[in-house]
Amino acid sequence: MKFKKLNLVLILLITILVFFALYLGMKKQNLYTTDHIVNKKMPNLISTELFTGEETNLSELVAKEKFTILNIWASWCAPCRSEHKHLITLSSNNNSKIVGLNYKDKIENAKSFISELGNPYDHILLDKKGFISIDIGAYGVPETYVIDNTNNKIIKKYLGPIDEFILEEIINILNS
Amino acid sequence: MKKIFTLITFSFLLLILINNSVLADNKISKVDSISKNLRCLICQGQSVYDSQSEFAISVKDLIKKKIEEGNSDNDIYEYLKNKYGDWIMYEPELDKKTLLLWILPLILFVFGGLLIFKKAFINYNKNV
Amino acid sequence: MINQLGYYSLVFCVLFSLFIITKSTRAIISKNSKFDGIYYNLVFLQLFLVLFSFFCLVFNFIVSDFSNVTVYNNSHTSKPLFYKISGVWGNHEGSLLLWLLVLILFLFLFILNSKKSENGYKLLTIVFQEVIILGFLLFIIFTSNPFEYLFPTPTEGLGLNPILQDPALAIHPPILYLGYVGTSLVFSSSLAATVNKSINSDWAKHIKKWIFASWIFLTLGIMLGSIWAYYELGWGGFWFWDPVENVSLMPWLCLTALLHSVLVLEKRNSLKNWTVILSIATFALSMSGTFLVRSGILNSIHTFANDPSRGLFILIFLFILILLAIIIYFSFEIKNPNPSNNFFWLSKETAVLINNWFMMYFLSVVLIGTLYPIFLEVISNEKISVGAPFYHKLMVPFLIPFFIFMSIGPRLKWIKDKFTKINYYQILILILSLVISYLIVEYSGVKYLFSTILISTSIFLFYSSASDLVKKNIQFPQKISHFAFSLLIISILVNGIYSKEINSNMKVGDNLTFMNKKIEFKSINFEKQDNYNLLRGHFEITEEGKIPINFQPEIRIYDQPVISTSEADIKTNLLNDNFIVFSLLKEGEVFNVRYQQKPFMIWIWISLIMLAFGGSLALIKK
Repeated sequence: MKFKKLNLVLILLITILVFFALYLGMKKQNLYTTDHIVNKKMPNLISTELFTGEETNLSELVAKEKFTILNIWASWCAPCRSEHKHLITLSSNNNSKIVGLNYKDKIENAKSFISELGNPYDHILLDKKGFISIDIGAYGVPETYVIDNTNNKIIKKYLGPIDEFILEEIINILNS
Repeated sequence: MKKIFTLITFSFLLLILINNSVLADNKISKVDSISKNLRCLICQGQSVYDSQSEFAISVKDLIKKKIEEGNSDNDIYEYLKNKYGDWIMYEPELDKKTLLLWILPLILFVFGGLLIFKKAFINYNKNV
Repeated sequence: MINQLGYYSLVFCVLFSLFIITKSTRAIISKNSKFDGIYYNLVFLQLFLVLFSFFCLVFNFIVSDFSNVTVYNNSHTSKPLFYKISGVWGNHEGSLLLWLLVLILFLFLFILNSKKSENGYKLLTIVFQEVIILGFLLFIIFTSNPFEYLFPTPTEGLGLNPILQDPALAIHPPILYLGYVGTSLVFSSSLAATVNKSINSDWAKHIKKWIFASWIFLTLGIMLGSIWAYYELGWGGFWFWDPVENVSLMPWLCLTALLHSVLVLEKRNSLKNWTVILSIATFALSMSGTFLVRSGILNSIHTFANDPSRGLFILIFLFILILLAIIIYFSFEIKNPNPSNNFFWLSKETAVLINNWFMMYFLSVVLIGTLYPIFLEVISNEKISVGAPFYHKLMVPFLIPFFIFMSIGPRLKWIKDKFTKINYYQILILILSLVISYLIVEYSGVKYLFSTILISTSIFLFYSSASDLVKKNIQFPQKISHFAFSLLIISILVNGIYSKEINSNMKVGDNLTFMNKKIEFKSINFEKQDNYNLLRGHFEITEEGKIPINFQPEIRIYDQPVISTSEADIKTNLLNDNFIVFSLLKEGEVFNVRYQQKPFMIWIWISLIMLAFGGSLALIKK
């Protein structure tokens, strides 16, 4: 009799635990966000510059600024068009440099994209094969990173195009 | 009747032996075998091997480059896990946090076996 | 108007459920031994109401009444009629209505079918089943109403996803639900028989047909899903260990175990507790499946639109049902009449136990593999993937002993068998199978000792079940299903080990040599269809000394919504499937072309149909 009661309690306990775990699991956001990238160190990027064709080193470019905004974009990416105006707004901020990473694109197309929509970038680096994006932990376009140059850490990572709310958030970070 | 069945079964096996195209060599490249074990992060349920998305193509090119540079399979997996988290690997690595995952079914199997052993051997002989 | 009719029918059903539950509970307490005929009428009326409600929804879909939110989200005027109708259950709300319909239908059939059964047992089954029905009714009315109004009425609907417009996918849900809902009746019945203290071989004989019926539908349902994945998704696979696939496999494994243990219960009045536990577990797994797919907890292409409130409702509902089952199981002890209720080691009963042992192991692998990432993320906030390699590594090695047991088990006698049954002829065949397999593996270059043993045990199983086909002292349905299973296993193994493929980027005019075949990318042309444009590729595959075969895979570009899909061209014969698919790369002139040769594909489908056929023979028999 005692054995049976013990079994009952044990099974009830396991059932309650399982359901509670499922309940908690349900509350969690289910999108893969690579939040673990945040607070990681930014690896150094070495690539060619779009307009000059020179080999450049990212850390040299941004050495003097407080923040770097890295934006991954491509001329064949539709949402990149919609976020472009927000990038132009950001380019006026004095605390940061905006660097564009042109992802798997044709040089002529990238150049005409820029001439059509304006150039918010202080520098544009090429990522022809997509290797640099992988090195940062990106996997699509567009993506935007906010990097603190004093300790070379990625503070924020945004997946998808920037909207007004994200723009505001970035400006707040830059001005803090 | 038994003889007919033996004949049918072994003819079936012979057919497999004869059919060349079924048995030709089945080598698979390293890039393919590694990319089959990676999840395409912007796809719905496809491996990097299956997908033709930009991300998947870049990863496959990167794997190729790293193999040419002399990296081992494990080096490549570690690099990608470092960038994207364990989520990108289809096979869960055996470490502290996945120990229970791999061991629990085996424990249950042994436990079930013991129950059956008890019922069919020990208890039977006790009561007979 | 139709919307309101449909909705209020459901509300009336709630009243019926409440009435039936109270009336039958009273009848049970008063220990009335006569079954009141009014229950036939009550449940029939309830069935009629829900059928009416269901047809209201079907009607709305057919006439494209976009004032109904569900119709608006999931249909379109240009959809063919067949897909308008199948769109009824291709969404969350409609599929739940279908679940409800089958729940009530099965209860009604049960009442009709149980004329000889005891009154108390029948009433209890009605109570439990109506509790489940009530839960679903409330769930639909409060969180998933298929009759919501949309104002102003749009002129066109949103639902024209081309991937979903496929015949296999259209009938896959109803067939699958018939399987799931069947387990609800087994659940209610087993709880009823527990309370009524009538878990015995008569009950087994009675409930057996429901178990078999559920199992047949579940087998066919899973098969249809795999067929769709193979023909439509363009990757050449038919099973991906996707969480939603796993969620249909788990009740199947449990149901297969239950199917075998109920036979022991019928024949020997034994394994009572275990059979009841399996009945509860099978239903719990079916319902959990419903929960996991609709709650947003899983990350998969199959999941319906996520809504946390729905997930919470099902979770609580499921928790209550399982709690109820546990309390009943522990409160009403199932007594074993025979004190020496143990099995001889060499007997059919033990063989069934071993079958259950392996089924439970496979079930635990799939269950743990599916749920562990969820639990891990809750505890440690880390995300891991559990994919095919995990399942293969843990399950495939166990197939070897399983096949050996399965070759011997079905032939054993009940109660006690003699060792001479496992005669030396069979051992010889086993050794010969090993030798032949080694030769195959050696010749083909797949140099794994493991594959040798695996294939040889499956050939041994194949031989055993084939020779069983002519034995007179084995039941016919069993022979067919076991043979079908062994054929399925061999087909899957050969397909898995010996499939070949090549993957390359090609332009029009390019050639590719693969094994002894030449693959030519001859041309491409652009065509217009009703609701999509397509790029048709013309490929010619020439094998030495044979007539060239033409393949025409397509890239379809839909405009509503804007999606492009690749449709493979698959040429099937008894020995192989030849599979070509191509997709457009960003650059515009280069295509990625993938050719696969997949042996024995057709046998996988044939053996699954045969498996279900064997089950239906068992249904007809008694």
